[in-house]
Amino acid sequence: MARPTEVRRTSGGNALLAFILGLPVLAGIAGTVLPAFGYLPALGGSRVTLAHIAELAGQPHILRSVLTGLAAGLLTTAGAISIVGAFVAGFAGTRLFARIQHLVSPLLAVPHAAAAFALAFLVAPSGFLLRLISPELTGFTRPPDWPLPNDPFALTMIAGLLVKEVPFLFLVTLAALPQLPLIRARRLAAALGYGRIAGFAVCLWPALYRQIRLPVFAVLVYSVSVVDVAMILGPKLPPTLPVRIAQWTGSPELGARFLASAGAFLQIGVVVAAMAIWIVLERIGKAVLERLIFSGRRLARDGALRAAAALVMTACTAAIFAGLGLLSIWSFAGLWPFPDALPGSLTSKTWMRTLPQLRTSFGTTIALALCAALLSLLFTILLLYRNGTAAGQRNPGYRLLYLPLLVPEISFVFGLQVLMLSAGLLPGFASVLAVHFIFVLPYVLLSLSAPWQALDPRFERIAAGFGKSALSILFTVRLPLLLRPCLTALAVGFAVSVSLYLPTLLIGSGRLTTITTEAVALSSGGDRRVIGIYALVQGLLPFLAFFIASLGPQLLFRNRRLMRT
Amino acid sequence: MRENAGTKSANNTACLTLSNITIRLGGRMLIALTAGIAPGEVLTIMGPSGSGKSSLLAFVGGFLDPAFDAGGRVLIGTRDLTEIAANQRHAGILFQDPLLFPHLSVGGNIVFAIPAAVKGRSARRRLAEAALDEVGLGGFYDRDPDTLSGGQKARVALQRVLVSHPRFLLLDEPFSKLDAALREQTRELVFSKARSAGLPTILVTHDSADAEAAGGRVIEIGMEEQG
Repeated sequence: MARPTEVRRTSGGNALLAFILGLPVLAGIAGTVLPAFGYLPALGGSRVTLAHIAELAGQPHILRSVLTGLAAGLLTTAGAISIVGAFVAGFAGTRLFARIQHLVSPLLAVPHAAAAFALAFLVAPSGFLLRLISPELTGFTRPPDWPLPNDPFALTMIAGLLVKEVPFLFLVTLAALPQLPLIRARRLAAALGYGRIAGFAVCLWPALYRQIRLPVFAVLVYSVSVVDVAMILGPKLPPTLPVRIAQWTGSPELGARFLASAGAFLQIGVVVAAMAIWIVLERIGKAVLERLIFSGRRLARDGALRAAAALVMTACTAAIFAGLGLLSIWSFAGLWPFPDALPGSLTSKTWMRTLPQLRTSFGTTIALALCAALLSLLFTILLLYRNGTAAGQRNPGYRLLYLPLLVPEISFVFGLQVLMLSAGLLPGFASVLAVHFIFVLPYVLLSLSAPWQALDPRFERIAAGFGKSALSILFTVRLPLLLRPCLTALAVGFAVSVSLYLPTLLIGSGRLTTITTEAVALSSGGDRRVIGIYALVQGLLPFLAFFIASLGPQLLFRNRRLMRT
Repeated sequence: MRENAGTKSANNTACLTLSNITIRLGGRMLIALTAGIAPGEVLTIMGPSGSGKSSLLAFVGGFLDPAFDAGGRVLIGTRDLTEIAANQRHAGILFQDPLLFPHLSVGGNIVFAIPAAVKGRSARRRLAEAALDEVGLGGFYDRDPDTLSGGQKARVALQRVLVSHPRFLLLDEPFSKLDAALREQTRELVFSKARSAGLPTILVTHDSADAEAAGGRVIEIGMEEQG
């Protein structure tokens, strides 16, 4: 009886979601593809031509740019899934698992750029790691002439991506684990004599992988198309294709836009190729697993592999936090000649000098992040409220959330910029906010939808029995009870917005600078101390947001014990 | 005597009629039932867990999961509730857990339930304080519900339902989580209050002692479904 209305409400909400997330993505792709073939009336291109594609093909070392990015993305994804898979297989359900979970979770909040800087400051030839062992072990009294962190094989870049993608995949896996019969399968596999990792792989991995497949593809697309991390840690001569596209889009020459469009179009092809290769890899993995099952080998002695997995998981956290600590030391460092592990003196001079110029972009960052997070939270609540609780996460509409994460951002955001400029819209706060909203919304929705479904429905039934209207129940029962998850979702949105580089750069057309765009701009040849300040502020802003979010319930519900835990 | 907290009045109560109710899940018949429950009467539905007895309460309360197929009519007096939204039915519901709203004070929980027709902050507060007084919880108005004992929470939950002036009561094993001594006391209190408020009441339980204490008709379900 209640069924027809349920269905109608759900599809209405999803149509809205499809509209909000799908339209900009499709429009952006159109705005990329058309100019790639010469069609951009605003710039006098009205004839379809292959000239720009040819120009792109003629760019020096273009193939190398394409292949480095593609390989780096594939290796990052394969590495992240292996690390997370081995760790989860080896430790899910143990106490160490919970401990490492607490270590890794905060990494999600660190923006990619800040994490990349943290790593760069560690591994550079004049970086902390080498200082620690120089000159005693290495004999270096001057920084060696190593191509680090921008090594031509993109190894540093892969490491920089890994430290961020491992926590992401890990948390996604955590969300999927409760739906697996973990304890029963573990006992069964152990009784048959399987090692922990092999037992998990045989009994649970296929079901687990099916659930995290979409996020894995999101990781793949992101890693293949990343710009900010590649600018900070990636190869320089030549840079990866996405970085070159970003450079072309910033070129004052108007003709470069056509070249950038052709590049962004090519990037779509690179992502499709990456997906195709990944699907082949999935098949191979499946075949290997089937052989393993068929062979009956138990692989019981997996202690070393398990230890390695736990070590790498911990190392991700250690690297980022050591790097963030290092950034703060650099920002206060006076004279700090090479082999010294610590600066000779500390001074606040760099901060005093940098703070005035940091103020504007700091304000813009906060305003953008707050607005984008609030808008996303409002929309998320509206959507979840309309969809009701009955539909649940089985609801296929939630898969749409991954749409902006499965299209390379450089391709569709650049297209959006082209369309915007063609339509005569001026780059400014509102347009940048709009594009931030598209990227922030999926994360806010993902963050809030689980607690939303988990709220005991009986609270609302009791309230309905009191004759309260649905809207009144939303405001007097559901939202107060979900205050903490709402604030967390807000902080998640804030963190995502702070970390956005490319959308801010492209849609803002350089006129709207945030801490992130400034920090990345400084990466080539900037003063280490100033970079330290920008990267530190960028890295700490999300933590500040989560901290404030955690205070909310304490302050608002001082006398309500259950609301504070 | 104390001020009447509005939890005893026997006005505007009417017979609750369940007419040809059927509830199916995936083609399997869980419940088929016709019954009339007079004001102050308790109808007990007995059955093992999973027999669908809670889905009957959900259907009468207006919040049955759409996965169930339900038919039949629910009437209060002559008014048909079947197509009416849950928040128009005025069903007073007590679940296994007291489910006091953790973000409100003890008194705030009661005030929340008082119908909007009672105007004025002080009038609403007086009513809530009187309702607490009635069950020996005078002075608990500003307390955090989480600091109450299990028995105290159960009494607050009961008074919260009663001040909302429900047309009927739905009790979903409300005593099963209380310890033995408390259970008897609370049963006594709930049934006497329901009777004096003249509310038709449906109790679902798997505990035959509950059914005995309710003192009304007992319908057993779910037994023949085992095979």
